[in-house]
Amino acid sequence: MKKLLIFYILGTLIVLLWVSPFMISFFTSVKTMDELMVEHQWWLPPDIWHFENYVTAWTDANMGRYFLNTFIITIPSVLGTLFLSSLGAYALAWYKFKLSRILLMVFVGGMLIPFQMLLIPVYRLSLSMNIYDSYQGVILFHIAFQLGFCTFFLRNFMKTIPSSIFDAAMIDGASHFLIYRKLVLPLVTPAMAALGILEFTWIWNDYLWSLVLIQSDKYKPVTLGLVNLQGQWVTSWNVMAAGAIIAAVVPLIVFLMFQRYFIEGLTVGSVKG
Amino acid sequence: MIAKKWVPYAFLAVPLTMYSIWVLYPIISTFVLSFTSWDGVSPTIKFIGLENFVELFNDPYFGVSVINNIKWLVGFTGVCVPLGLLIAMLLDQKFKGTKIYKTLIYLPMTLSFVIIGQIWFWILEPRHGAINTILNMLGLESVGWLSDPNVVTYSLILAASWRQISYAMVIYLAGLKQVPNQLIEAAWVDGANAWKRFIHIIIPMLKPATVVAITVSIIDSLRAFDIVYVLTRGGPFYSSSVMANYMYIQSFHNYRMGYGSAIAVIQFLITLGFILFYMRYVLKSEEER
Repeated sequence: MKKLLIFYILGTLIVLLWVSPFMISFFTSVKTMDELMVEHQWWLPPDIWHFENYVTAWTDANMGRYFLNTFIITIPSVLGTLFLSSLGAYALAWYKFKLSRILLMVFVGGMLIPFQMLLIPVYRLSLSMNIYDSYQGVILFHIAFQLGFCTFFLRNFMKTIPSSIFDAAMIDGASHFLIYRKLVLPLVTPAMAALGILEFTWIWNDYLWSLVLIQSDKYKPVTLGLVNLQGQWVTSWNVMAAGAIIAAVVPLIVFLMFQRYFIEGLTVGSVKG
Repeated sequence: MIAKKWVPYAFLAVPLTMYSIWVLYPIISTFVLSFTSWDGVSPTIKFIGLENFVELFNDPYFGVSVINNIKWLVGFTGVCVPLGLLIAMLLDQKFKGTKIYKTLIYLPMTLSFVIIGQIWFWILEPRHGAINTILNMLGLESVGWLSDPNVVTYSLILAASWRQISYAMVIYLAGLKQVPNQLIEAAWVDGANAWKRFIHIIIPMLKPATVVAITVSIIDSLRAFDIVYVLTRGGPFYSSSVMANYMYIQSFHNYRMGYGSAIAVIQFLITLGFILFYMRYVLKSEEER
């Protein structure tokens, strides 16, 4: 009984503390500026709910466009990196060859490196390849940059598949690509799902790389757009809050729908190694 | 699997080419640029030897940035990791509702740092922000959470901790799966013994999780950028600057790409030890399986 009480009191307090920033943002997004600046009662819901702030954010503040851009960038990036890393992971998990171990370390090292090491050359590269300020520029970079983590993650998962399966297939004379496509891919689908969800949130939330590789308003993703709003809408906290919630809602929904995968992905990558 | 030599390379060809272009080549290129005075525009690049590094060591703002990174490091490892562990201990139970509690605490991890920065802006803002409103109601003076040079870095760390603690908790919750449930339950109830049991039994059992939580926190703290950039741009007067942020500002606001590369190289060298440690650890536990 005592244990139960400790748990519920402490647990509820912590959860309230954790959720309060969300509450503040949500209440801010549905109030008028007068309510916010004069009444200061941020812990209370508004008297009248002003959902029109969301309309203002979506249309006048251009969040709708930014929102679409994020989808255009995120989806090909996730699919591309999943596909390419599954190829690399397959080679590193199943074939014994000279460079296997070194290449694995190169991929692991790349996922840990401070991104500042890449910033200037990647910027230069996209200028010289004529993909600066375009969707492709960011997408190609995301695919390449995420290969480190994804290859490592999938390779570890593929290692758990018993090798007898392969030997049988080899005896049957199946080609290497056929084994990859018909045998390995179906088996790693759950891992790819977990990884895909994790990557989706990460790429969706990216700010830095879009900041460096995109200049025109018409290509900017939500994160960049939101910071943009600070200029013109800085005094309209309610519209800013609505914009922030618009930017947050997709990763939140994806997380709530696939929580198990998300958490598994996050921990498989670290604790189990 | 036995196969012709070229087979694995055929599978690796495309991913490795892309990885080389966008990750490996840039790393080398940054090293090279750190010895130049390139401004980001000129077609010619002039080598200036170690000048950038000499200047860096005498640059007071870089010094401030390094010290701030150390504050981030201490905050992430010394505060966020232990708090993550405590919350994980609390929530790793079979009571009704733990699942919902966990989900709610996970939430900040799904957010972009840009959004986290924005959310905390409303909490920290000096005149109408949530914290100062409460302070004023209690008859206390407002604090310049984002404008007082002595406070601002801690405010930023606080905002980032909201997410970092959740992350540490996730790592520990996974680690606690290896610890028998009765041990954890007992640690919460029976008074004096509980603490001893926690220190002498549970903590040692959680060592793998702790190693990961701490190294990841160190690496994260040394590359902190978005929150700083969004909330203060490193100001006022560079007082909340961190290395990553200073590097960005030097490179992309002041067009000193050579100097910026030198900052990146120093930052890389500082992080390198932790990266190598983590890689060794991960690859070793990999072989033990």
